[in-house]
Amino acid sequence: MNALTRDTNAWRLIGSIDDIPSQGARCVKNGETTIAVFRTADDRVFALEDKCPHKNGPLSQGIVHDGCVTCPLHNWVISLETGAATGADEGRTASFPVRLDGRDIYLNLEPNLEMGA
Amino acid sequence: MSKQRLVIIGNGMAPGRLLEHLFEAAPDAYDVTIFNAEPRVNYDRIMLSPVLSGEKTFEDIIIHGDAWYEGHGITLHRGEKVTGIDREARIVTGASGITAAYDKLVIATGSSPFIIPVPGHKLPGVLAYRDLDDVDGMLRAADRGGRAVVIGGGLLGLEAAAGLKSRGMDVTVLHLMPTLMERQLDPAAGYLLQKELESRGIEVRCGANTKAILGEREVEGVELEDGTIIDASLVVMAVGIRPAVDLAREAGLEVGRGIQTDFAMRTSDPDIFSVGECAEVDGRVYGLVAPLYQMAKVAAEHLSGVSEAAFTHAETPTKLKVTGINLYSVGDFGDGPDREDVVLRDAARGSYRRVILQDNRVIGAVLYGDVADGMWYNELLKSGEDVSKMRDTLIFGQAHQGGGVAADPLAAVANLSDDAEICGCNGICKGKIVQAINEKGLTSLGEVRAHTKASASCGTCTGLVEAVMALTLGDTFAKKAEGMCGCTDLGHGEVRRLIKAQGLKSIPAVMQELEWKSSHGCAKCRPALNYYLLSDWPGEYKDDQQSRFINERVHANIQKDGTYSVVPRMWGGMTSSDELRAIADVVDKFAIPDVKVTGGQRIDLLGVKKADLPAVWADLNAAGLVSGHAYAKGLRTVKTCVGSTWCRFGTQDSTGLGIKLEKFLWGSWTPAKVKLAVTGCPRNCAEATCKDIGVICVESGYEIVYGGAAGLHIQGTTKLGTVATEEEVIEIAAAMTQMYREQGFYLERIYKWADRVGYDTVKAAILDDLESRRAYYERFVLSQKFSQSDPWSERVSGVDKHEFKPLAVFGEDLAPATAKVEPAE
Ligand SMILES: Cc1cc2nc3c(=O)[nH]c(=O)nc-3n(C[C@H](O)[C@H](O)[C@H](O)COP(=O)(O)OP(=O)(O)OC[C@H]3O[C@@H](n4cnc5c(N)ncnc54)[C@H](O)[C@@H]3O)c2cc1C
Ligand code: SF4
Ligand code: SF4
Ligand code: FES
Repeated sequence: MNALTRDTNAWRLIGSIDDIPSQGARCVKNGETTIAVFRTADDRVFALEDKCPHKNGPLSQGIVHDGCVTCPLHNWVISLETGAATGADEGRTASFPVRLDGRDIYLNLEPNLEMGA
Repeated sequence: MSKQRLVIIGNGMAPGRLLEHLFEAAPDAYDVTIFNAEPRVNYDRIMLSPVLSGEKTFEDIIIHGDAWYEGHGITLHRGEKVTGIDREARIVTGASGITAAYDKLVIATGSSPFIIPVPGHKLPGVLAYRDLDDVDGMLRAADRGGRAVVIGGGLLGLEAAAGLKSRGMDVTVLHLMPTLMERQLDPAAGYLLQKELESRGIEVRCGANTKAILGEREVEGVELEDGTIIDASLVVMAVGIRPAVDLAREAGLEVGRGIQTDFAMRTSDPDIFSVGECAEVDGRVYGLVAPLYQMAKVAAEHLSGVSEAAFTHAETPTKLKVTGINLYSVGDFGDGPDREDVVLRDAARGSYRRVILQDNRVIGAVLYGDVADGMWYNELLKSGEDVSKMRDTLIFGQAHQGGGVAADPLAAVANLSDDAEICGCNGICKGKIVQAINEKGLTSLGEVRAHTKASASCGTCTGLVEAVMALTLGDTFAKKAEGMCGCTDLGHGEVRRLIKAQGLKSIPAVMQELEWKSSHGCAKCRPALNYYLLSDWPGEYKDDQQSRFINERVHANIQKDGTYSVVPRMWGGMTSSDELRAIADVVDKFAIPDVKVTGGQRIDLLGVKKADLPAVWADLNAAGLVSGHAYAKGLRTVKTCVGSTWCRFGTQDSTGLGIKLEKFLWGSWTPAKVKLAVTGCPRNCAEATCKDIGVICVESGYEIVYGGAAGLHIQGTTKLGTVATEEEVIEIAAAMTQMYREQGFYLERIYKWADRVGYDTVKAAILDDLESRRAYYERFVLSQKFSQSDPWSERVSGVDKHEFKPLAVFGEDLAPATAKVEPAE
C-alpha cells in the first residue's frame, strides 16, 4: 500500500487544457473533495478547492477574470494564485499545485501547505 | 408705441440665435413672423450626423420647441417657402400665397447643397446632406441595406459615410482630390484619417471622378471616369454648398457670392439684414456656425437699437464629429517660402501634429489623434503672440511650456487665460463660463449649457467645459456618471453609445478601443458588455458563455448549497395533467428534495444536482416542457388571471392574451429581468400594476401600464395608454421591450430605465409615434430570430457538455492507473 500512498501525492494527469473553456473552470473529484481547475485568458491554470471561504460557494461556477474568480453566491473575489479573498474580505481557500506539460494538465492532490496558513 | 413688424426668411441656426439675442435686449420691440421652407421648428443642423448614426434622436437636437414660439408670440409658417420680396410695398409672399408685411426684414436662407449635374443625378436614391429629410431618406435606404456611395470626402461626406456605416450599410467614399478633407487637413493628416476610416470598413477612393450615376428607375450604381462601376443603392452628394441668394437677387439686392452686407449685416437696402451662410461680409462667406452666430449677435444689436457692433473675421477651427476620430485644424496651412513648419509624428499612437509659423507667429495648426492642444494653438493664433521663446517645445504642446504645467488636462485648462475660447461654435471663453458659474450658482453641465450656450452646439468641447466646472466648483462638482466598474471610467451610457458608434463587436474590441484598465475586465463589466453586444448585434455577435453569470450559463438557478433549481415554463400560468405528471416523475426519479409554487405562477424544483441537470431537462422536454428562464435577464413570466373564460367580472381573455405575449416575448435577453401580467378587469387579480409591463383588460380594450416594481423598491406602474386590440398590445409590449433592450443599462429594471429616460419619451416613441413603434417592433422581431431556442433541449443534445461533467474523478482508494479521466470533448 505504501506505493499507492505515495502515488496519491504524485502529479496526476487530469486532462488537456483544451477541456477547460478559456476563462472557465472544470471540477476534479477526489473522494469527498472537489477541486476546481481554472484556465485564464492567457492560458494559465490554477487549482483551488471548490469552496468559497465565505459560505462555501462553488467557485468553479464563478466568472474568471484576470487572475481571479468571482464567487457566484455573493461576489467575493478570490485570487486564483493563492486562494485568498481579495479586497476587504478575509479568508482563504485551499489551493493545489498544478502544472502544464504542453497542453496536458497535471494536478497534485496534496494542497499547498505553505499557502494554506 | 406699437410694435414693429420683423419678418425672417429661413428658420435656421443663424436667425434662431438672432432672435435669442433680440428677445434678451428688446423683448417687446417686434412682432415676429418667420417663413421656413422646412416644415419644422429650429433645430441644430450640426447634429444631424449623430442623428444619422443613431447616437441622438431628432428630439434631442431641437433648439426651439413649439412652446418657445408660442411664448414669444412668433408666427411660424412651416413648410412655406418665400417666393418674392416686394421692397416697395414691404411685403414678402410665400409659395402658397401667404403674405406678411415688414418694417424690418432678415434674409437667412442659408445655402443649397451643390449637386453635380452628371447623368442620373435626378434618380430617386440620390440625396444631398443638408436637412432632416435627407437624413430620413438615408435611414430608409439603410433599412434596405446595400452599398452607399458618398461623393465628397469633406466634413459632411465623411460624417455621412460614418453614419451610414454604423447603420449597417457598405460604404464607399469617392473624393476628387488626392487626400481627404484637403481644405482642412494637410496630406499627412488626411492620410491618417483615410487609414482610420478604412480600418472601420469604409472604402475610400481618392482621385475618383464621377462620370455618371447609373440606374433605370432608381440608383443602381456609379460610374467613374476611369470606367470603374460601383454598385450602389444610395448616392449621397456632399460636394459643397452655395449661398442661397436667388430670392435676394430677384429683389434687386446687391449680391456677390452671397448677399452682400456691411459690417452691421445690413444689405444694400437699409431695412433688410442678412445673416447666416447666405450672407457675404467683407468679401467672405462662411460655412461654420461660429461666425454665423457672431453675425446673429451683431444684427440683433442693430435691430434692437443704435449700436456700434461690427462683424469681425476670425479663423474657426474644424473638427470632425465622428465618434472616436479626433482631428482639429485651424488657420492657414498651405506651403509658402516665408513659412515654417513644425511637425511631430507618433506612428504608434497614430497621432500627428503640425504647427505653421510665419514671422514667429502661429498661423495654422493641424492635429490628428491627440487634439487636446488644439485650443491652445488657436489661442496663440488669435493673440498673434511671438512664439520664438518657446519655439523648441512648441510642438509638444502646452504641458511642456516653462510654467511647469503637468500633462494633466485639468492643469492645462487651469493655465488657460480667461479669454481663451472654450466653445468655438458659440464663441464662449473660459472667463465667461467661470463668471456664469459663480454669479448664477450653476452646478450642472445642463445649467451651464442653458446659461452660457457653451458646448450646446456640436458638443465636442463638453470635456473642456466640464474641466472648467471642475476647476471652478472644486469637489462639489461630481463630474461624470460613475464608471461601470473599476475597469473603466466610462459609464454604461457612454459604453453603449460607443459600442454602436464605433461598431465594436466583441468584448476584446470594446476593451481595446475604450481603453479598459484591466486586461480582461471583471465580473461586473463582462456580463454587461456581453449583453450590450448581444443586444446591439443580433445574429452577428457570438454569446460569450464565460462572461455570463452561472445561472445563465447553465440555465438554472444556483442555490446556497451549490445545487440548482429548475423551473419549466408554464405559458400564462396554465398547466395540464400531463405536465404535472411529468414533473412528479422527474421529482421521484432524481430524488429532488423540494417542489414549490412560485410567485410567477409556476412550479420550482429545488435542489437538483448540477450533474443531473441535462437528464432532468431531457425528461421535462419529453413532456413538452421547456426552460422557464427563471434565471435569466430576460422575460420571466406573464402572470394572468382567468379573465372572461371563467371569471364573472372578466372583460377579455386575459389568459389567452398572456399566453400570446409569453410566446412572443420569451427567449430575448434584456438588461434585467422582465415580468409581465395580464389581468381580466381592474380588480387586478394578476397584480399587473406592479409589473415591468402590465395589461389591464377593460370593456373597450386594453390599458397598458409599465414601470412597476415590487422588490427591494416598490413602485406602482405608470399608464402608457389604452388600445383596442390584442395585436396592438403585443406590438407595443415588444416595441417597449426593444426600446428598453437598446437603451437600458445592465441590471437596470424597466422602471429605473423609464425614470431615467422619462415616461414622456417612452410614450412618445412607443404609443404616439406609430413609425417609431413599428421600427422598434421590427428590430425586436429580428433579434428574436436568434434567441428563441430552448436552451434545455440544446444542452440535452450536447451543447456545453463540459459544464455538467467533472474533468476527472479520483477515489481515495483508487490506484492512479484506474482514475477515470474524461477524454477531451
Ligand atoms: C450635416 C451637417 C453637419 C454640420 N456640421 C457642422 C459642424 O460640425 N460645425 C459647424 O460649425 N457647422 C456645421 N455645419 C454647418 C452649419 O450647420 C451651418 O453653417 C448652419 O446651420 C447654417 O445656418 P443658417 O441659419 O445660415 O442656414 P440653415 O441652418 O441652412 O437654415 C436655412 C433655412 O432657411 C430655409 N429657407 C431657404 N430658403 C428659403 C425661402 N426662400 N423661404 C423660406 N425658407 C427658406 C431652409 O429651408 C433652411 O431651413 C454642418 C452642416 C450640416 C448639414
Ligand atoms: S382581475 Fe378581474 S377578471 Fe381577472 S380574476 Fe380578478 S376579478 Fe376576474
Ligand atoms: S426574497 Fe430573498 S430569500 Fe427569498 S428567494 Fe428572494 S432573494 Fe431569496
Ligand atoms: S459563498 Fe462565496 S461569496 Fe458567499
